[in-house]
Amino acid sequence: MKKVQFSSYFTQYFFVAPQLAIILIFLYLPIVQTFTDAFTTQDAFGFGRYFSGFDNFIFSMSDATYLRAFKFTIIFICVITFFSCSIGLLLAVQANNVIHGKSYYKTLLIWPYAIAPAVVGVTANYFFSERLGILYSFFHNIWGFNWYDNIYDAYIYVFIAATWKQISANFIFFLAGLQTIQKSIIEASMIDCKSNFRRFWTITFPLLMPTTFFLIIINITYAFFDTLGIIDTTTIGAPSGETKTLVFKAYIDGFRGLDIGSAGAQSIIMMLIVLVITVFQFRFIEGRIHYN
Amino acid sequence: MSRTISQYLVHIILIVGVLLMVVPIWIIFASSTHDNGTILSQGMQWGLGDQFIENYDRVLNQKGGFSQEITASSMLINSFIMAFGIATLTVLTSLMSAYTIVYFRFKLAVPIFWIIFLTLLVPLELRIMPSYQVVSNLGLVNTYTGLILPLSASAIATFFFRQFYKSVPDELLEAAKLDGANSWKFFIDFLVPLSKTMIAAMFIFMFVYGYNQYLWPLIMTTDEKYWTVVMGMKTIFMSWGVERFSYIILSMIPPVLVVIFLQRWFIQGLFQTK
Repeated sequence: MKKVQFSSYFTQYFFVAPQLAIILIFLYLPIVQTFTDAFTTQDAFGFGRYFSGFDNFIFSMSDATYLRAFKFTIIFICVITFFSCSIGLLLAVQANNVIHGKSYYKTLLIWPYAIAPAVVGVTANYFFSERLGILYSFFHNIWGFNWYDNIYDAYIYVFIAATWKQISANFIFFLAGLQTIQKSIIEASMIDCKSNFRRFWTITFPLLMPTTFFLIIINITYAFFDTLGIIDTTTIGAPSGETKTLVFKAYIDGFRGLDIGSAGAQSIIMMLIVLVITVFQFRFIEGRIHYN
Repeated sequence: MSRTISQYLVHIILIVGVLLMVVPIWIIFASSTHDNGTILSQGMQWGLGDQFIENYDRVLNQKGGFSQEITASSMLINSFIMAFGIATLTVLTSLMSAYTIVYFRFKLAVPIFWIIFLTLLVPLELRIMPSYQVVSNLGLVNTYTGLILPLSASAIATFFFRQFYKSVPDELLEAAKLDGANSWKFFIDFLVPLSKTMIAAMFIFMFVYGYNQYLWPLIMTTDEKYWTVVMGMKTIFMSWGVERFSYIILSMIPPVLVVIFLQRWFIQGLFQTK
């Protein structure tokens, strides 16, 4: 906080009021509603809801499809984070080292950031359709790829679409991170170590840890929430619900299945997961990385 | 000599990366310039065809949807209104509330800070059902207000503005106070002009975020008049052929242009807090 501050009763509330109002009405009210939904169940005649404790939680979590969605979400998060981080980092390091044409490469690698997940999904749909799909027929000729029936082929389909979309975001942040590293450190390390490869892993990469760490959180959030648009425009959970993420499942159960109690319980479980990740971020990892 | 070789390698990797990003969209674009027959008989195309104007004209002006009354151009306008509304409202409210959080000393400052920042834990996807209930109770279903307000309840911009204000030297406020500036004058004449880059970056970020929303407009708009390009994508396709490719390309143009032309502001703003 600042050493010198204002204290003006009216102004201080005036400035914070608009955002506070929007947040209270459109964020806290729905959250309260989520808790009400999660701890109540509709009675048999549809007249009202009665308190049912943790029934909705037990009911949703003991469901086999929930555990499958949980498993898929974990794999999904790991794959997307690993591949989009690695490819983004590789390209950012090259773009940082290139002497000619830097700004062209930068622009050409940044723009897919602006494309909506749902648009990426619809696009991927064409590349993986049985009739028109270039990638479908390519993979089909190699190992008989068929995502309509095979679970792992469906995984590959969603992984490719979701990772492709996230490469640019990783590229932007890694490039910016590389540019904040002081030239003098790199120059000093060039005297001590000739090998580009070793210098990268022992000097540059540790200095990039804050960026990497930030991006891991960004990628986890992306894989968790933003990919709903991709799933809904690609496999829609096919084959037989194997590619449903937790968020997609909660949405389907709530809006299509009209089971708001279960959807509410699932949302609260996810809020807890996000909370754990955030606390982990601040308490555990932040103390262990090097800052310039 | 080894330097030249390593530069070749750098270019090769970058070119492969660029191709990975550009080729899929190029194929969609190239296919969008052919006629239906070509696509159906020969699959998606790598080269350009001669139907560019016809296809894009049909998408922009041919009426579609269930009611046969909406066009892609009306959906583009809706998307723009939504994105612009979300970006403006979020930037304005965040700019202001971050000012209270950083520059005012009062009892409720800490609780208010936490009320705002806890929202980072609950993205719209997690509260989509109850948000719909709240918005429908307020009678905001099928309105632009209903499209914009719930998505503007975001603390990300507040977080960035707070970081930025904290990096502004204390001496600035001391000097301004000596000159007799009150809290309003300091905000409008000093802080807002200083935050220009950050404001631009946040605006671009929120514009792209708002434009690319899929789920919220999907459940919020039962009236086709309010359909946005991204949410209508799946539904409006049913009766179309090759126009779908043109539609995909059109839908990505506005945010892509914003990012390409304003990338300098965007990147500068996001990283000046570091």
